[in-house]
Amino acid sequence: MDKAALATALGSPAAFGQSQFAFMRGNAFEAKVKADGGTELLRLLYERLGGPGEAPHEVRVPDLAAAGPEGRAARTALALREATAAQGWTLLDHPLLALEVAGSPAYLEPDAVVVHPEGTWTVVEIKSFPMIDGSADAAKVGAAARQSAVYVLALERIAAMTEGAEVGHRVLLVCPKDFSNLPTASVVDVRKQRAVTRRQLTRLTRIEDIAATLPEDATFDPGCSPQELHRAVDAVGAAYAPECLAACELAFHCRERSRARGAVEALGRSVRGELGGLTTVGAVLAAAAGKEGDPADPTVAALRRAAALRAEALEGRAVCH
Amino acid sequence: MSLITTLARLEAVESGRAQPLTTVRHRHLTGRPLVLVPLATAGEAGAPLGALVGTDREAPRLLAVAQPRDRELRFAFLAELAEAVLPHIESYAGVVEPAERSQIDPETGKKTKVEVELCTDAAQLIVPSRAGIDFVRLLGRSMRFRRTAEDDPDTPYPAPARVPLLGRWLTHYAERARVPGSSLLLATTDLLNRHWATGQSSLEDQHLGALLAWIAPSDGGSGAEAALRAELERDREGQLLCPPAGPATDPAFDNRLLAPAIEAYDRARTALAAAEDGLAADALLAELARAERQIRSLLAKVALPTWDAVWRGLDLLAGLPEGARAEDRWTRDRWSFTAHRDRVLAGEPPQPRRDDAVTAAQKLASREAAQAQLDAQEALDDPLVLAGRRLAGEAFVGEVTGVEMAYSESKRPSPRPLVTVRTDEHPHLGGRTKVYRSLDGKPQTAEFVSGTPAEEGGLLLVLRITDRMGRSKEPAPGSVPEPGDRTVWTLFEHDPRGGPKLPDPEETPWTHGGPPGAAVERAERPDPVTAEDLL
Repeated sequence: MDKAALATALGSPAAFGQSQFAFMRGNAFEAKVKADGGTELLRLLYERLGGPGEAPHEVRVPDLAAAGPEGRAARTALALREATAAQGWTLLDHPLLALEVAGSPAYLEPDAVVVHPEGTWTVVEIKSFPMIDGSADAAKVGAAARQSAVYVLALERIAAMTEGAEVGHRVLLVCPKDFSNLPTASVVDVRKQRAVTRRQLTRLTRIEDIAATLPEDATFDPGCSPQELHRAVDAVGAAYAPECLAACELAFHCRERSRARGAVEALGRSVRGELGGLTTVGAVLAAAAGKEGDPADPTVAALRRAAALRAEALEGRAVCH
Repeated sequence: MSLITTLARLEAVESGRAQPLTTVRHRHLTGRPLVLVPLATAGEAGAPLGALVGTDREAPRLLAVAQPRDRELRFAFLAELAEAVLPHIESYAGVVEPAERSQIDPETGKKTKVEVELCTDAAQLIVPSRAGIDFVRLLGRSMRFRRTAEDDPDTPYPAPARVPLLGRWLTHYAERARVPGSSLLLATTDLLNRHWATGQSSLEDQHLGALLAWIAPSDGGSGAEAALRAELERDREGQLLCPPAGPATDPAFDNRLLAPAIEAYDRARTALAAAEDGLAADALLAELARAERQIRSLLAKVALPTWDAVWRGLDLLAGLPEGARAEDRWTRDRWSFTAHRDRVLAGEPPQPRRDDAVTAAQKLASREAAQAQLDAQEALDDPLVLAGRRLAGEAFVGEVTGVEMAYSESKRPSPRPLVTVRTDEHPHLGGRTKVYRSLDGKPQTAEFVSGTPAEEGGLLLVLRITDRMGRSKEPAPGSVPEPGDRTVWTLFEHDPRGGPKLPDPEETPWTHGGPPGAAVERAERPDPVTAEDLL
């Protein structure tokens, strides 16, 4: 489903987009890192990860082209098995991996996977944000680690069926060094992210189960009328939080709904935690004003004290000191 | 976020307008701040695209880089920026007043007062958003290790003369911005968010346009609706009516307007380079100038709304009276400004890439102390901030119901009056907890003795006052509260001091980054430059 098209049809288009400057630089940097059959990339990898065996001299770069995603995924799996059996250094450029998400296959394309002579597979993630004086933006590194963890999970399914193969939990993050276009690399341990993602994947409601709860005539075809689409989208539960704005095309739609409902989560997840059982703006304000709510409820009592203190301070009745 | 702030946000949702979080302004604003609205190229670290800079809201100076990937043009931009920023800084660096600072005499080990210079005021720098502060830090880092032709005649790509100096100043400002309560370099969004609560999440509050819309919608209508328009409304060409406050630009602007303009500029430049005779070159030069003007006007168009927004934000803040203790924190900023001026004058090398362990520990300790001090000062300056501390049980207000004289059990008994205070609040008091109140601007200390429920509701607290009553047997007049007085007590110190002073670097054990080897100056080398002119 094309969520961006759906969001536009709903009247709340997503504000995502990538500047062509960033796009061009990202591509140029990736090409530079992988130039010369991956010599520089393998040198960085060996320098950072070390490991048994000699420094890579000859690197095999198999051709992974095939028709369709299934074909490419199968070709990747085959190349991985061959590379492991060959016991040499192999660089897989843009392999395609399949991972089952919520009961349906999803295809993932890491920047590169390197097969070590002893059979370890290492995910390589090439990013164009800089590593300045050895440190990069923590939020961006975190996002890269979560992304790599998914690749590691997808690779583990193939490794389980390959003799002598093991997927490294340390991934190589390659970034431009300082203000140059020279690559530098850092090893990121993604065990934690891998565990979180694995758990989330097993907890995801299967798509069939979600579909089963929808009305028979529900449709997400962006060509349909906005009213029909609204009905269909509202039939799927959504737990909007402001963090969604950075990740999901439908976030503006969900935000609008959430605000219209008066849900307190629209102000942030932590707000919900503070307010206990009170979930709407109206209920909280009524409780604070003493119109509703049980005074014995600690949240209600705290709210009333907060409202009284705030009102007192705003009226300037507090003594000056 | 405390419950009282959450409540303010919910009130903002209901009323459609931002609600006050403070009754006074907690940051010092100078009369002549230098506003800097930087723009950066997407995907390129430290590649400035342009900037608006100046102290006069009617006359911003537009700096632009027609091709951000051209090193020469970037250097020209940085040199211009240095010309716009450094004279402002230097105009403050020269005006000093005598001040005293205590210093430990290296020979006797005693504390002595030494006469030093303190700048009477410091240059204040205002950027639109927190990302702007990060960009200032990045610019500082990219410039301070550059070598000019004068530093090193053999350097392959010499930087313009004053660029490294600007890098050092920007680095100092960005470092200072990490100290809680400092006002040398401020982000407008942070300033507004400290003083008002909007009806949106703190993530959305980072959008300067939306934030201003909540606080002061231009049409006087609903702040919520104005904020939504500021966030999303686009013109017929698909451009945001309220462009992002930068330094990142909107991708739609990059792709639809800026990229074609830069391409036209590149074409004009290539054509000019290939021109064969003077007449043709003249025409091509005019074409190049036209392409450059086009880029400048595009950048001006996206930066001007932000420029205006910053000034509107400053206007709103100037409408609040300044908190009494903000001046005290500004004095610390002046000390920091003066200290950096002195380091530059003494010819010290630029700030290192990474702090050594001793410096890092010192910075951390001083920031923790600054945070504690800021929390205390804001609460003392502002009843609305104090209300949050009262709700948290860290302060209370009560009426004095009785005073009983008592004396200490020493050879020379001193007064230790027992004051009974009735309060409706729930302070976290335990055995002999110290509480403080402000007496003529100085803190008076008392100890908690006992607490009992009062007949008419609330709590009766007995406090023993322990200081500020003079030297005689009877307390000085006015130093002990009287029945009927309304008193404000805090559980936190009014003037918190940091922990014990850290030892000097030479005295620091090697396990904590001290000698051996610490004394070896790690000379910072300039960043290596690549021959090809791509970032």
